[in-house]
Amino acid sequence: MDFELSADQEALQEGVRSLCQGRFPIEFVRTLIDGAQIDRGRWRELAETGVFSLALSEAEGGVGLGYADAVVVFEQLGRALVPGPLVATFLAAGLVDGAASGDAIVGLVEGRNPTYVEFLGLLDVLLVLDEDGVYRVDPKSVAGTRAPKPLDPLTPVWKVGELPRGDKVGDAALASRWRAIGATLTAALQLGIAQGASELATEYAKGRFQFGKPIGQFQAVKHMCADMVTRNEVCRAAVYWAGCALDDAEVGDPARAASVARIQANHASSDNSKDCVQVHGGMGYTWEVDAHLFLKRAWVLSQQFGSDHEHAESLAAIVG
Amino acid sequence: MDLRFTKTELAFRDELRAWLDDVLPSVPSPPSATDYQAARAYDTAWQRRLFDAGYAGINWPKEFGGRGATPTEHLIYIEETERARAPYVGANFVGLLHAGPTLIVEATDEQRTKHLPGILRGDDVWCQGFSEPNAGSDLAGLQCRAIRDGDHYVVTGQKIWTSNGQIADYCEMLVRTDVEAPKHRGITWVIMPMDLPGIEVRPIKTAHGNSEFSEMFLDEVRIPVENRVGAENDGWRVAMVTFSFERGTAFLSEVIAAAEDLRDLAEISKRVLSKSATAWEDHEIRREIGRLQADYDAMWAMTKRMVSQAQRTGVPGPGGSVFKLFLADVQKRATALGYQLLGRMSLAFDDLGELSHIDHVGKRIYTLTLSIAAGTSQIQRNIVAERILGLPKER
Repeated sequence: MDFELSADQEALQEGVRSLCQGRFPIEFVRTLIDGAQIDRGRWRELAETGVFSLALSEAEGGVGLGYADAVVVFEQLGRALVPGPLVATFLAAGLVDGAASGDAIVGLVEGRNPTYVEFLGLLDVLLVLDEDGVYRVDPKSVAGTRAPKPLDPLTPVWKVGELPRGDKVGDAALASRWRAIGATLTAALQLGIAQGASELATEYAKGRFQFGKPIGQFQAVKHMCADMVTRNEVCRAAVYWAGCALDDAEVGDPARAASVARIQANHASSDNSKDCVQVHGGMGYTWEVDAHLFLKRAWVLSQQFGSDHEHAESLAAIVG
Repeated sequence: MDLRFTKTELAFRDELRAWLDDVLPSVPSPPSATDYQAARAYDTAWQRRLFDAGYAGINWPKEFGGRGATPTEHLIYIEETERARAPYVGANFVGLLHAGPTLIVEATDEQRTKHLPGILRGDDVWCQGFSEPNAGSDLAGLQCRAIRDGDHYVVTGQKIWTSNGQIADYCEMLVRTDVEAPKHRGITWVIMPMDLPGIEVRPIKTAHGNSEFSEMFLDEVRIPVENRVGAENDGWRVAMVTFSFERGTAFLSEVIAAAEDLRDLAEISKRVLSKSATAWEDHEIRREIGRLQADYDAMWAMTKRMVSQAQRTGVPGPGGSVFKLFLADVQKRATALGYQLLGRMSLAFDDLGELSHIDHVGKRIYTLTLSIAAGTSQIQRNIVAERILGLPKER
């Protein structure tokens, strides 16, 4: 048994980290707030790095890696607040032409009454996940009104009525598998958010002086930062386990591990982002400081691939 | 990341399982938890069986009589013995997990030869004399004074929170040998035989009602200088060595037992009423059960990460403090759920009748210690913030 990252996984992590640093620095990400929201050029760069195709076999044009690798990648994407339907496009790779290569931006919602569809007007393909399968819907056939003020300024949403049925492109077994993968990769993004928010808070706690001392020297602030580390570590262990379970059911039931990962990730990403705001004091409530971007993304992601209550119910059914 | 056990690890597990299947039916049921002499006899008898079968000192190096198991094998050992409900390490705890490892790293050959076999065989029980009434979180501020008199240290002072104080043969103890030096540099680590004149052990009655700890009053106790481990005034460093044997498995037994308690609570929830339906049908209760399971599964995964880290690097990561913080919070929530389910059944210890054989009431009281013992949660947060995040020290 070795639950540490392999040398290849460390290289992968470093590769994606530097891609995010170079191509998705927060200054660039913020330019997407009032613009087109997805930069197709950089979306293709993500695809070229293998973000969407990494779990496809080499014969299918993929990288031939596993989900344990995917969670490491998605953690970094979350940390950098990379916007766009990353998980949906990853799932679609191999099923929807152009998803793996980054030529098609694919969105996904669960059920036909999602109220809002994320990125609708920017999508090439919309997939709908329901109990009996996966359906493909032409986003242009969906009447939607763009919300003038989305919760997360980097996740534009369109208000929609009941979605058309679309064409069935996958069966119930695929839908069920996608729920576990989707929940796990969403949790990985949230893990990155929890980590990013804790780093931002810690950096501020070291540099901000009050009463003649860095505020991180006061236990009231210091202990908040320590609690963020605890949430990161709990969440990371759960998310990595869920990734491993998707690759090899012998080390864990993938659905169970996915629910565990989501519960820890909802908690870690939301609470770390809130504490990040708190550590920043008044500045934390400003548009200028990134704390609110972490928090809002955490809240958006918590609405995807099963609610916190649903995951808790699934786990209760395992215990009782 | 590869969570599968290797062939060697599986072989170790199968051999251990076979031995446990063979030996456990003949192990008597444990004595009352508050009969400390009987508990000592029971725990050391089990230790002797482990010794005879080659499982004593599972994580100790082979050259010192241990099994030399890898961190992963240690994890397997704890998982298998806990699942098979084998006796707990109990009275052997300090010897096997604190004093022994310290002697292995720091003691002279004579000291090792004298003490290690007795710990492994279950002949000797050790206790720990570190904390004092005025040296808790600030352990290095300890004042128990040792004055050199020829071949002896003459020790006078007070120690507290000594588990097994009433039944121990030896005490691993920190004493102040230099009152002038900065506080960390005037401490010495000594072995105190518990039968020396001048030692008075008084049990402390805890909030639980039991006496798992004692306080020790030392009045001119003459400890031979040859019982010193490491150099004079170097005891703080020697004491820190104790922790270096920790490989991420310290809380595993507790997590496995807690997950079993949760299953018991789920059963209870199906038999007690909340308004007109069973508690299980109350979705808030059901979800809390699910969330607690998410926490125990995450703890398992964290344990595997810490063990893997230790296996790679040979040193414990800073994960222990993080784990302890999480465990303390989760256990308080879990036992509060038990209290909610039991309602007025929770007004007495140890008597849930047919509902359960587990003392969920006593367990709730016990969880108070999880955020205090072995470093309070506040001290743990300081450690995490200063050592992992590099935030400035307050002092």
